[in-house]
Amino acid sequence: MAKKPRVKLPKKAKAGDMIQVKTLASHKMETGNRKDKKGNTIPRLILNKFTCTFGGKEVFSADMHPAVSANPYIAFFITATASGTYEFTWTDDAGKSMSVSKDIAVS
Amino acid sequence: MSKNIQQMVRVDRREALKAAGASVLALGFASTAQATPEAAAEALSKATGGAATTMSDKVKFVGLPEIAENGATVPVGISVDSPMSADNYVKHIHVFAEGNPSPETITFNLTPTGKAEVNTRIRLGKTQNVVAAAVMSDGSVLTAKREVKVTIGGCGG
Repeated sequence: MAKKPRVKLPKKAKAGDMIQVKTLASHKMETGNRKDKKGNTIPRLILNKFTCTFGGKEVFSADMHPAVSANPYIAFFITATASGTYEFTWTDDAGKSMSVSKDIAVS
Repeated sequence: MSKNIQQMVRVDRREALKAAGASVLALGFASTAQATPEAAAEALSKATGGAATTMSDKVKFVGLPEIAENGATVPVGISVDSPMSADNYVKHIHVFAEGNPSPETITFNLTPTGKAEVNTRIRLGKTQNVVAAAVMSDGSVLTAKREVKVTIGGCGG
């Protein structure tokens, strides 16, 4: 959980523009199916929830299961309507979360 | 071939892992119980509350390879033909993998904005069908299915 997640979206957009948001979190996404050298199961530890909010309102979210690759990449589209801040949050099985926020100027 | 790989994993998985590096992470799946198409269908009906599903060409896979060399990270995109307006949009997109230890892969919850296209990367334990199900705002469920062949590098595959 050391590295900050990366989020890419345009800094500026025209109202009504469709913009793509690309996110990449840094996480091992341990499935709970693997075993260590002694044959003990390595406990599951994945990011299970991703949310994107704009002005406190959820615009996109995803529920993740162990079959999501390590360092989960999620990309989606939104329509730019107003200037403001997008908040991106990832939560793991242990309840720890990490967030990134990005501003956008809409003209 | 896949039987050989599974034996290899069981007998000497560590060595196999070392030999092949990160690319065989997906093999972690091979030693556990596998889901079946029935389990995937069950998970689908659970996720959609038992609604009737229709195969539809409105749901398309984008960028999902026919042959994935590395099962640990398979790019998958799903595009749904929808205006994404307040009264007609895609609520959820579920992705299921029929041959993984558990069929649930990822669920996207969308709101009426942008367009109904999402991209991510998933793990596939072996050659199997990937099922996408789009839950529309009127309650209908549209699905699409594609087979992905998973070749696992480094194990004589």
